[in-house]
Formats: sequence, C-alpha cells, structure tokens
Amino acid sequence: MRRSLTALAPQLITLAALVALVSVFFPGFVEIRLIDGRMVGPIIDILKRGAPVALLAIGMTLVIATRGIDLSVGTVMAICGAVAAWSIDKGLGLGGAVALAIAAGLVAGLWNGTLVAIIGIQPIVATLILMTAGRGIAQLITEGRILTFTHDGFSWFGSGTFLTVPVPAVIWVVTGITVALLMRRTALGLLVESIGINRRASALAGINATVLLIAVYMASGLCAALAGIITAADIRGADANNAGLWLELDAILAVVIGGNSLLGGRFSVAASLLGAMIIQTIDTGILLAGFPSEYNLVIKAALVLVILVLQSPRMAAEWTTWRAARREPKPAGRVQEDAQ
Amino acid sequence: MLLSIRSLTKRFPGTLALDDVRFDLKAGEVHALLGENGAGKSTLIKCLTGAYRPDGGDITLDGEKISPRSTSEAQELGIGTVYQEVNLLPNLTVAQNLCFGREPRRMGMIQTRAMTRQADAMLEAYGLDIDVTRDLGLYSVAIQQIVAIARAVALSGKVLILDEPTASLDAREVEMLFEVVRGLREKGLGIVFVSHFLDQVFELSDRVTVLRNGRHVVTEDIAELDRVKLIEHMLGHALETEVDDHATPHDDSAPKRPEMLKFRQMGRAGVVHPFDLDVRQGEVVGLAGLLGSGRTESAEFLFGLRSGGTATDTDGDVPLDTPRKAIAAGFGFAPEDRKTDGIVADLSVRENIALALQAARGWARPIPRAEQARLADMYIERLDIRTSDAEKRVGELSGGNQQKVVLARWLAMNPRFLILDEPTRGIDVGAHAEILRLIHELTAEGMALLVISSELDELIAVSDRVIVVRDRRHVAELTGSDIRTDTIVHAIAHRDDIGEVA
Amino acid sequence: MTNPRLLPLFATIAIFLVACVICYIQFPFMASTRVLGNLLTDNAYLGIVAVGMTIVILSGGIDLSVGSVIAFSGVFIAVLLRDTNLHPMIVFALLLIVTTAFGAAMGGLIHVLAMPAFIVTLAGMFLARGAAYMLTIDSVPIDDPFFEMLQKAYYLMPGKGRLTLIGVVMLITVLVGMIVAHRTRFGASVFAIGGGEQTAKLMGVKVAQTTVGIYAFSGFMAGLSGIVFSIYTGSGYPLATVGTELTAIAAVVIGGAILSGGAGYVFGTLIGVLTMGLIQTYIVFDGSLSSWWTKIVIGALLLLFIVLQKGLLRLSVARLSGGTA
Repeated sequence: MRRSLTALAPQLITLAALVALVSVFFPGFVEIRLIDGRMVGPIIDILKRGAPVALLAIGMTLVIATRGIDLSVGTVMAICGAVAAWSIDKGLGLGGAVALAIAAGLVAGLWNGTLVAIIGIQPIVATLILMTAGRGIAQLITEGRILTFTHDGFSWFGSGTFLTVPVPAVIWVVTGITVALLMRRTALGLLVESIGINRRASALAGINATVLLIAVYMASGLCAALAGIITAADIRGADANNAGLWLELDAILAVVIGGNSLLGGRFSVAASLLGAMIIQTIDTGILLAGFPSEYNLVIKAALVLVILVLQSPRMAAEWTTWRAARREPKPAGRVQEDAQ
Repeated sequence: MLLSIRSLTKRFPGTLALDDVRFDLKAGEVHALLGENGAGKSTLIKCLTGAYRPDGGDITLDGEKISPRSTSEAQELGIGTVYQEVNLLPNLTVAQNLCFGREPRRMGMIQTRAMTRQADAMLEAYGLDIDVTRDLGLYSVAIQQIVAIARAVALSGKVLILDEPTASLDAREVEMLFEVVRGLREKGLGIVFVSHFLDQVFELSDRVTVLRNGRHVVTEDIAELDRVKLIEHMLGHALETEVDDHATPHDDSAPKRPEMLKFRQMGRAGVVHPFDLDVRQGEVVGLAGLLGSGRTESAEFLFGLRSGGTATDTDGDVPLDTPRKAIAAGFGFAPEDRKTDGIVADLSVRENIALALQAARGWARPIPRAEQARLADMYIERLDIRTSDAEKRVGELSGGNQQKVVLARWLAMNPRFLILDEPTRGIDVGAHAEILRLIHELTAEGMALLVISSELDELIAVSDRVIVVRDRRHVAELTGSDIRTDTIVHAIAHRDDIGEVA
Repeated sequence: MTNPRLLPLFATIAIFLVACVICYIQFPFMASTRVLGNLLTDNAYLGIVAVGMTIVILSGGIDLSVGSVIAFSGVFIAVLLRDTNLHPMIVFALLLIVTTAFGAAMGGLIHVLAMPAFIVTLAGMFLARGAAYMLTIDSVPIDDPFFEMLQKAYYLMPGKGRLTLIGVVMLITVLVGMIVAHRTRFGASVFAIGGGEQTAKLMGVKVAQTTVGIYAFSGFMAGLSGIVFSIYTGSGYPLATVGTELTAIAAVVIGGAILSGGAGYVFGTLIGVLTMGLIQTYIVFDGSLSSWWTKIVIGALLLLFIVLQKGLLRLSVARLSGGTA
C-alpha cells in the first residue's frame, strides 16, 4: 500500500498544488455543502464533470499498456450516445437503451481489436479509421439532427445522485476500482503488461495475446459507452457532431500525466484517474479563478506543458541522480574501496 | 604502433568496469579481444568509439593523444566500428547507407546517379556486385555486414572494430566476411576483432588480448596459444568441464528408451519439406544444418507456431495448431533470438520465470506472489542466474543470464519435450558449460530435448541422435558412433547421403 | 524487379485512377478542367499542410498542432490587417516566422525532453487554438484590396477550368516537399531518424537539429496553409479547421507512407489528398447522399488502403523469402 502511494506521489503532489493554486484565486474552492440531499461544491463538480475523461482514461490505460492507442473513444461515445437516444426514442426503455449502448461500445472495441490483433494494423491507424468514420455512423443514427429525449430514468445517469454523490462520479469511481482490482487481483495485469512489452515473446510463452488484445480494446469501447451514456443523459440528447469531441486526446493526456509510458508495459489505473482529475481541475479551476474563458486553452496548454516537462523521462533521470547524489555523498570513493 | 591504450580506467556506480587496462594494435594485424561477458570488452570498445568517456588513462592513435567525445568524432579520427546488429538503416538504399552524410550534391541537391556510381565503386573492392539502389533491408545480414564494413573503412580507414560481427551468419557467410577482413589487413588497417567463437579467433587473428573482470590478463601471438590455454585465461582457472567431458557415450548398443512422441508429416512445401520424427523419453535429438536450412522452421512446426502435420503420443492425438496447445501438451520452446522472442525485458526475473506457468493456468487463477518468489529463487539458485535479486528487470541481465531465465520459465512448467534453438549462442564460456551440464541433468530426469545448434562440437557432445537439415529438407539421421564432425559436415555438404530419412 | 518500397505508392496511384474511372462512368461531365481546378483549389490548404505532415511522419513523428495553427494563422492575418496598416505580404512574413518558430520550439521540446511527439504537439494544439481565441473569438472578415487580387488570380485552362493561385501554390509546395524529402541531406536525415534514431545517430545524423528542422518545416507549412486558407475563405475564424490534422494524417496514410516512419513519398500524399477530394466531389455530384457519408467513405477508404498495403507488404516479403530460399 505504501509502495503504491509513493508511486502516485508526483500526481498527488501535482493535484494538491493545483488545488492550492486555484484556492488562491477562488477561496471557496474546497468547500462542500449538502443541499437537498446532494453534495455541492467545486470539488464535487470536478468529480462529476471529469467523469467522461476519467472513464475513457481507464480504458485508454489498458490499451496504452499493450503498446497501443485508441483514438476512436470520443467517436464511440458519440455513437453510443446516439444509440441510447435512438433506443429511448423508439420506446425500448431504460434497460434497452443502456444495453444497446453498451453493446455498441463493445462492437466498436471488437472492431478496433480485430484490426489491431488479427489483421495486424498499427493501433494508431486502426483506431483512426473508426475515429474518422464513426461520427458519420453516429450522424447516420441521429439522421444528422440532435436527437433529444425525455426519460427521467435515463437522465439519472447524467444528473442524478446516489447517496448524495453525483451518479457520474460514482460510475467512474466504481468502474476504476473494479478494473484496478480485476487487473491486480487476477493475473490480467501481468499478462497485459507482458504483451505490451513483448508481444511475440509473450505469445511464445503461451499467452493468448490475440484474445487479450481484443479484450482490451473492447474494455476501452465499454468505458467509452459508459462515458457516452453519461454525456447523453446529462444533456438529455445525442449530439453526433460534438459528443466526446477531442476527449480521446484528453484521455491520452490523462494517462500520460498519470506517468504511464506511451510505449506500453507497466501501468497504473489509479494514476491515470488522478491524471484525469488533474485535467478537470485545470479546466474548472481556470473558470472559477475568474479568467476570461478565451484564456482557457492557453492556460491549460501551459499548465500541461509544465506538468509534462516535470514528468518527462529526462527530468526524471536528473531528479534520480540528484537524489542519489544527496543520499550517497561519496559513491566514487566507496566503489574504489570495494575494488581493491 | 597504430593504436595504443595505457592505464585506461572506467568507473560505473558500484563497479570498476575497466581497471588500468592496456591494449596495443599494429597496422596490418587482426587483434582479437576476448573475455567473458562483463570482462570489460564492450566498455573498452565504447571508450574507443567515444560512447563513454574514460575516467583515466590515455588513448594514442598514430602517436597523437585522442579523446573522442562521440561516435562521429571517433570516426573522423579514423576509428570505425561494425556491430553485431548491423547499425545501418534497412529502409534506405545501399547507396544511401554507404554515402550517408557525404552524398555528392549540386546546389544542395543530392545527385542520385553520382551517388550510385560512388557506391558501386566502394563495393567493388569487396567483391560485392549488388544493386545499390535497392533497400539495404532486402539483403542478407552478411551483405549488410560487408556494407557496414565498407562504410566504416571509407569513413575512418585506420582502425576497424568488429564487435561480434559473425554472430548471426552461417558458415559460408562467415568465410565471405573473413575474406573481406583479410583483404583489409593486407591494406594495412588495424582490426580489433571481438567474438565468442574461439574457432574463428584462431582462424582469423594474429594476436589475442584477454580481459577479465575489467583487467588486462594477457596479450599473446595466436601461435603461442592453444584452445585450453586461452579458455583458462578467460575463466581464470583451469577449465574443469570443457565440452568434451560432457560427451554422451556414442556407442551403438545404448539401451532403447521408451517412445514418447511421434510426429508425422510435419512441415509445409516451401518452408520445410514434411518430415517424420520420433522422440523417446530422456533423449536429446540434435538438429544440425546451416542457417536458413530450415532448422528453426522445423522447430516452429513442432511447437505449433506453424501448422502442418500431426503428432501422437501413447494416449493418442496431440493437437498442435498453436503454441498454447503445444504448451498444454507439455512442450516448451526457448527461441534463438532471446531479446525479441524470449525475454519480456521490462518485467522482473520473477515475473519472467512465472510467465508461462501463469499463462497456462489462465488469468483468473493468479499464482500467489509468494509462490512466484519461491519459484524464482529456486531457479536463480539451480541455474546460477546472476542477478542481484528476483525483482531486477530481466533486460538488465547479461545475455547468458537472460537465456537462463528463459530456460527457467520452461523448467517451471516441467515440460516433457523442450526445444532449445541455439541455447548457447552469444553467451560466455562459463554459462555455456553450465547450460550443457543442465541439458544432461534434464534428460536424466526423463525430459526429451531437441537442440538446434551451429556449433557441431556442442551438438555432438549432447545429442543421442543428430538430424541434418539441408535446403529445407531433413536429409540424414545419424546415431551412435556415426555422430562425428566429419559425418555431419559430409551430410550438410553432399547430396549422396549416409542415411535418408523421409 | 522493382523496389518493393514503391509498391504502396503504385497502389495509391492505381486506386486513384480507378476512382477517377468510376467517377467518369457515373458522371461523365466530371472529366472537365473545371472539376480539376476546383479539386486543386478546394484542397490547396490540405495539400500544403499534408506535405509538412509527410515529412513529420517520415521521421516517425506526428504533428497534431497543424489544424490549430491554420486557424491561428487565419485569425492572425485577419486581425493584423484589420488593426494595422501593414501590407499583407509583411503580415504573411511575420506569420510564417511565428509558425516556424512555434514548430521549431515543439521540435526542441520533443528532443530535449525525450517526450513523444504525440503529447508535445497535443499541447501545441491546445496552445495554438488558445492563442487564436485570445486574438478574437469571432469570425473576422478580411477586407483588403491586395487580398482580393490574390483571391481572383487564376489561369484559365482550356475547358474554362480555373487554375487558381492557391492551387498553384499547393502544387509548387508538393514539388518543394518532394525535393526536400528525397533529394537533400535533410531529407535523408529525416528518413534515417524514421528508420531508427539510435542508428541514425551512429551514422552521424545531427538528431537535435534535424528534429527541430522537421517540426519547423511542418510549422512553416501549417502557416503557409493558413495563408492559403485565409485567401480561400476570406476571413479568419478561431474555430476553423478543427480536425484538419487528422485529415492530413489520413491523406498521408492513403498516400502510402507508413505511420511508424522511414518509408513513404511526398507525391503519394498529393494523390492521397486528391483521392479524398474526389470522394467529396462525387458526393456533391450525386446530390442524394448526405454529408456524413463523406466521413464514412473516407474511413472505409482508409481501411481499404491500409489492408491493401498490409497485403502487399506480406506478398513482397513472401516473394522475397521465397526467392532466397
């Protein structure tokens, strides 16, 4: 436990520093109040608004651990939202809408996974296909309109509360914990890391790399479906053009800010989720701190750059040598003694 | 003296990689640099090529002190290097590789035709007549090596360092390469030759320098040394177990062991001509043949990496269409290329050892951490894997120890049939002997092995039977007292064979 | 025997020709210089930015910032022409300096921090878009006599097709890109880095300078594309050309380059751009198809090309190993 906390230290420190920074501009930032049986406050708002990116980041973490990338998740969100709205429009009810939306996400993942694992296309290209074509498919479903609906049961996923906590926040936290446990309490985590580091050697050692890769992309599709349901439920409609637009980039950023390598291998779902919260804190913080909204992107870009510079491999190496030098003041002398 | 090194010292945190090392290179000689893994050979070479800065000592080239700070600076000074993995770009043409950085230009534009002529001229001296406008990656490794040498000589022209250049070449290609090297020696280049193949060292070198634990042990004319003496210098003690001591008695009256596996019609036209193979318990089957003869492909059929043919054991059919099924049937395969096919570099020693077992158990039944650690510690001790602990990244171990980790991964599965493709390639003499010893231990326990090796001595020493592969066909099977170097070489070389197999 | 690396390029060209024939059979009047002129004009900004992207992808990198940089360029030009008395040519020069420096800075960061290009240029994408917002959040029309002249400059081809100035600029850019990629030492270094950075270093490539140069080149091309786009639309709008980087990447891939770097042709990219433009033209001609079909068809085409290249690659490898056996 303590080891995993140490591993998460850079992200936790970054998040704390951001919260402190925003608090300087907006003193009430960390306040949480209970109004009408629901928790209210900027932090709660971040937990809620960050849900889509956090969910996408969970799936993206697994995909990136296999040395892949899934550019299609934002588009898949739009497709799943469109499917859900269409189902409700057709009177299939809550169960039908959720089931169909999740099925759509899984099919999208199966498609990506098949292209990557069986046909052998580079992940970035394979998922670019669905990213490009997917919005067209979503528009096909909504027939180019914004498909609105009224269904209180479904809207609950976007704006309801569960034990005073907004439902979207509950969904991503539960999904995150489930996936993290599934990875670490079973051998899945090790097997995923193994195929990410060396797929061929893993296959020769008997790991079913093909099935595992497809499963990972399907997991990413499932997360995207959940994010799509939340988004559609929140706005009570499906917007094929804008739902999930560019969120794949935020999700990838979250994974990287979480300290996971884009080259695959070792991963931490918790770190990615912290990364997602860092991004959302930046987004919300800029607004609360009272900067004009047109400054948002520039400030976000600058902050992201600073975080990336601090976490870059080069800086990490410098940091390690610096710390090692402080801990062992005379390493050279000791070695010489040993050698003689 | 062309190049002379005095009191060279290089320190890394925790170790003294080079300790007061000296080395001399004359113009017009091939000087072999030998030592076990970790003896300091590669550190010495990296100091010469500017990849490392030495902490002390002098390097003198042509009477002038030098201290190269980068590979390109070393090149300009006259020191060129050719590595085992060809350090050229397979996606560029041969001509682009040869002329890179010195392309003939007019007004900033590369003159492709002039470059082609220039490249052709460069290769002419090496007796290589190839189309230089095609991508380098389309040619064999041997040709790529010679192109790399041509480039290094053209750029540098005084000292040529060959770092394990023959590791992935077959016998004909090695001979082709040696001709080139001899030609360069005649032209007056000083050549540093690093190799694990002692035969090649004796064949090519004029002098030998041995390093051990970062120190200079001996420099001697090759004529003054024999094989045993040289190995003693490298290991630092009289070699107790040279390959021959392990030799299985090859008498024809050896008792017949019980049958275990029958393979029928393994192979596919164009890859390996379908072959039959029977394997008995506790037997070592050797597979001899030149690189590219279909040795590795044969193993791939047996392990289900390629499909074709059937297998049966005493209980009936053994399905073999994927490696997973082969593993389920009790097979194991330690591939030739450890780095790309064997180890999972970023995982720990423990995880690498547990990997196959975990894959076989399925993801839902994780091996408890304590059990993994027990397995790892057991094999670290049994195979003498040199690692600080089981949690170290496998990528940080030396080649021989990586090979042992891959072996441990399969031994943990307790397979009944284990395929070892070039188990001793590129590993040092000490680890070499240990792996041969291990093969004997395993067969004593009843495991059957298929060993593929380019080193005939080694194959003869361990095998109960040797199958010779030539031109993608199993052409001969040698048993008992027929297992000798001359018979194997004969079978590899000639079409009229000693004993035809299907 | 041809060099196998040419096969993807041939496939690209063949598919483009097949597409042309299909269009011709369906709508014979598409075979006119008018359609050709429009094809070049409508896709000029995309072609230019795709040339920069080709160089980046050849080196094994990626530049996600270009769409934002084009939008920034439009806004920069429009705002400067509105608020100052500078001549458009001076504004263009200033803009190109800014975008080239921006690209160079990203290249520098990628090299110095050893960070993946994907992430650094993603930050660059936010930054450039954000900078555009800071200049204005509205669409700013450009009202300048010199600009009007540029917009109206064209050469009348036989058949009344208009070869516009920006179409010509695109073709010249492709030509320059071809020379840079295939006939200069810089280009050779780009291919070398795409083939393997460590090896490239050993062969004497100045990786730092080259990396900075690659992204500076892409930044320059994005700036030039922004100029062309502002001439094309006659305005600057910070929300313009969202997602153009992905269209450009798609064009490069359809053009036969391999996204992992080291192999591809600038000329292929031009064909890729024209193929995508042709699909759009076809859908416009058809009239009954909804606009979202464009996206689906481009996606399908992307798939087709990638699978085709994969098949070709396997075929050439099989033939090769068969030949040496």
